[in-house]
Amino acid sequence: MTHYEPVIGLEVHAQIHTASKMFCRCPVVEDTGDLEPNTYVCPVCTAMPGTLPVINRRAVELTIMTGLALNCEILPVSRFARKSYFYPDLPKGYQISQHGLPLARDGYLEIDTENGPRRVRIDNVHLEEDTGKLFHVGNVSLVDFNRAGVPLIEIVTKPDMRSAEEVRAFAVKLREILVYLGVNSGDMEKGVMRFEASVSVRPVGSDELMPRHEIKNLNSFRALARAVAYEIEQQIKTLESGGRVTQETMGWDDARGVTYTQRTKEYAHDYRYFPEPDLPPLEVSREWVESLRRQLPELPDARRARFRAEYGLGDFETELLVADRAVADYFETAVGLGKVSPKTLANWITGDLFRLMKETRRGIDEIPVSPEGLVDLIRRVEEGTVNLNTGREILEEMVATGKEARQIIEEKGLAQISDEVALREIIEQVLDQHPAQVEQYLGGKTQVAGWLMGQVMKATRGRANPQLVRSLLTEALEARREAR
Amino acid sequence: MRLTREEVDHIAELAKLALTEEEKERFAEQLSAVLEYAARLQELDTEAIPPTATVLPLRNVMRPDEPRPPTPREDILANAPAAEEGCFLVQAVWGVEPEPEVEP
Repeated sequence: MTHYEPVIGLEVHAQIHTASKMFCRCPVVEDTGDLEPNTYVCPVCTAMPGTLPVINRRAVELTIMTGLALNCEILPVSRFARKSYFYPDLPKGYQISQHGLPLARDGYLEIDTENGPRRVRIDNVHLEEDTGKLFHVGNVSLVDFNRAGVPLIEIVTKPDMRSAEEVRAFAVKLREILVYLGVNSGDMEKGVMRFEASVSVRPVGSDELMPRHEIKNLNSFRALARAVAYEIEQQIKTLESGGRVTQETMGWDDARGVTYTQRTKEYAHDYRYFPEPDLPPLEVSREWVESLRRQLPELPDARRARFRAEYGLGDFETELLVADRAVADYFETAVGLGKVSPKTLANWITGDLFRLMKETRRGIDEIPVSPEGLVDLIRRVEEGTVNLNTGREILEEMVATGKEARQIIEEKGLAQISDEVALREIIEQVLDQHPAQVEQYLGGKTQVAGWLMGQVMKATRGRANPQLVRSLLTEALEARREAR
Repeated sequence: MRLTREEVDHIAELAKLALTEEEKERFAEQLSAVLEYAARLQELDTEAIPPTATVLPLRNVMRPDEPRPPTPREDILANAPAAEEGCFLVQAVWGVEPEPEVEP
């Protein structure tokens, strides 16, 4: 039986969240889904006659930085080109893109696979503009150009991936890098990153490129991985039953979990690229490239290595902290205060804080608990002002209300009871209330002490210092043994 | 250099022009003549001249990333042939299939 090998390449579109659009000065606003249509538009991005584009310098810089982060060569001369096609989401009848002379090319990104690290080559990184959005209503369509002209980076890989898992790993890692560079928020639900996968399969050992299926409009990692896995399976089935795979453009039906042929005519792909006459070429000097290289932040892989070495963290917690740049920054700010160990901080952040963020669907920079506030709370637990469980409840309250730990402790009277006289009194009451259990303990069933301890904690609403209660309780029980 | 009938059909389709048979015939002639004329440029020896896409000395014309207020929506939609719910209104387009031939 023939064994087949999938051959997969990706085209990734990522919005660049500059302050203004690519070729005009309309503000770029993240699509929250409830934005009033056509409220961030001007004559340029709606292609009114006589308007001219002007290049946004920051968008060019972020594209070059993305190229550098992906180990690309930055071309000394780059230019824009017109890509013509007719679709109502494209007001000019063409999209300003790049062709032939992209800003960056010939790079790679290393991903982890089950067979060890693997380089996925990058063909090119170029800059273009996003299109508007269409809403189909019966036999008409409504067009909203808020998104039209938002700068868009396109990253094109070589067909170097061999499984849906590798495709996913690549996409996840690329997203991470884009977020670290500040290209965009990485919020997939808001469509800031979109994928197109081209998939073919060939007999193992062959290095031929077979006719491929291009799957369009994959807007989540899950959809991307599922669509690729589905295509691989279908194409192998087709070949095994003696059929042939022909070059086609496919859509992905997420609900049914299948790809389907989009009835596009092959010749519609004649984009008639030609150099954009309205935009002079870009000359990218070595000095400019080097100054941008110096502006590159520490990238995720380097940061992972440093977190393990510098803070002694394990792979798992390192991964959790570094995957989101804001979380990693938060962690480092907190560590930098020098009051709590990195390990303890990692536990609080990846444990309780992550849970609370998830429950309230907020990012770490959206919750009202500062790194200083978290460190202050942890110190209060470590110093014994409150016990661990109470500390966790206080954190919940901090996330909910934005109050400081000190204020919550005062208002709710949560300070741990470490007053021995008060605790002895409570313990005596508990023992008086439960003579049967005391009898069992004295009869040798010492594990009853745990249950009695729980009763004391309950009586103090969890505020008692557990270590102290344990020793005082043992004392009190032993005192009763002697008094018999 | 004579354009084939298929090439004329293809160009008309890309330009979204619905041409009559008679027009296709006539434009095939005219486009061929234009191409022949332009083809004379091929006779020039450009061996020693680097390719360029511009004859202007301009390079790196860029602006800082500073937003300014957008144009009021009513102004943007003022010239739209049809508008609804703050949007431009167009005929629905499904996929990018060629439009059916319009009956004369």
